[in-house]
Amino acid sequence: MKCRRCRAPAVVEIRRHNAPFCTDCFVEHVREQVKRAIAAHDMFGPEDRVLVAVSGGKDSLALWDLLLGLGYRASGLHLGLGIGGYSSRSSTLVRAFAGEREVDLIEVDLAGEYGFDIPIAGRRSSRSACSVCGLSKRYVFNRVALERGFDVVATGHNLDDEAATLLGNTLRWRTEYIARQFPVLAAEEGLVKKVKPLFRLSELETAAFAFLRGIGYIVEECPLVAGNTQLRYKEAMNRLEANSPGTKAHFFLGYLERGAPLFEAQDRAQLSPCERCAQPTTGRFCAFCRARAQIMGQASPVEVRPAEVREAVSP
Amino acid sequence: MRVKLRNPDRELELAGRREVRDVLLELGIDPDTVLVIRDRELLTRDERVGNEDRIEIRPVISGGSGP
Repeated sequence: MKCRRCRAPAVVEIRRHNAPFCTDCFVEHVREQVKRAIAAHDMFGPEDRVLVAVSGGKDSLALWDLLLGLGYRASGLHLGLGIGGYSSRSSTLVRAFAGEREVDLIEVDLAGEYGFDIPIAGRRSSRSACSVCGLSKRYVFNRVALERGFDVVATGHNLDDEAATLLGNTLRWRTEYIARQFPVLAAEEGLVKKVKPLFRLSELETAAFAFLRGIGYIVEECPLVAGNTQLRYKEAMNRLEANSPGTKAHFFLGYLERGAPLFEAQDRAQLSPCERCAQPTTGRFCAFCRARAQIMGQASPVEVRPAEVREAVSP
Repeated sequence: MRVKLRNPDRELELAGRREVRDVLLELGIDPDTVLVIRDRELLTRDERVGNEDRIEIRPVISGGSGP
């Protein structure tokens, strides 16, 4: 098999593009897709401070590598989840990545900062472990970005992630979630701008990129994830894709182009500060503080005085 | 050939020379969901592998709450 661009021996084949690539042309292809995503959606510019949420997996480390390679001011944020050896091995890989490149890494330990880890949350919360994990990440990423003056939070969600999420939201017609499933969420009062620069790339592409760039990433799957709904939706999409390459891209990229405008009117939630932590929410207390109270065995989130709230959100 | 599979980690032995696509077909693995690695190099589906080779079949799918 020969590279579509230069006819050198190919190392990876992207069937939806009907394109084999050699290493150099593939790395260039990935960079082009990311540059195109950043430009088309006005994600950030060279002066912006970008906070990359890094788990230790292929997507987030590939994203950090890509943004650094493209010359952006990208720092990493890693959240320690407390999932035994899996979390410690993930953290080690993130630290190694940052150390080798001498780039800025911020670490937050969920148990140290908030009093619980994800295995405890899975046992005590009415939410699933994956749900509390996602909630905690969104909360901490936003809070740290605001406190430390970052312009934007970038996450490594890829095309497979987005297509599977859109499938799940569509099957349940969660219109308010569908309306917010966009590669860019603009900043609002108390919410930092969020972007997904890998949304044009499949998991195969991000994994191949990480491998070919020599990035050490965690290959093992999170031990708490087995059988979760996101994985089932991905498997369903992969079965469609196997018979009809390009299905995932048509589904998600087609949604962005033609579906998303139809859902915009659904996105009208009024936000006000959480009475516990001052992060934006639609109710009295934000979802994170409510979940945390339940996990910690409190009847409800403890109210704090306004001065403490101001202190909590000031840089 | 020696084949290393991941999640969970395990190894198996396959006899005979064939293309990567046939190895994956035999194991019931969708080629778009894995990297196939030999000696720190990625293999495309038309590469031939034989008894002397050690290959790793590494899944690319990750689940959970996202990155």
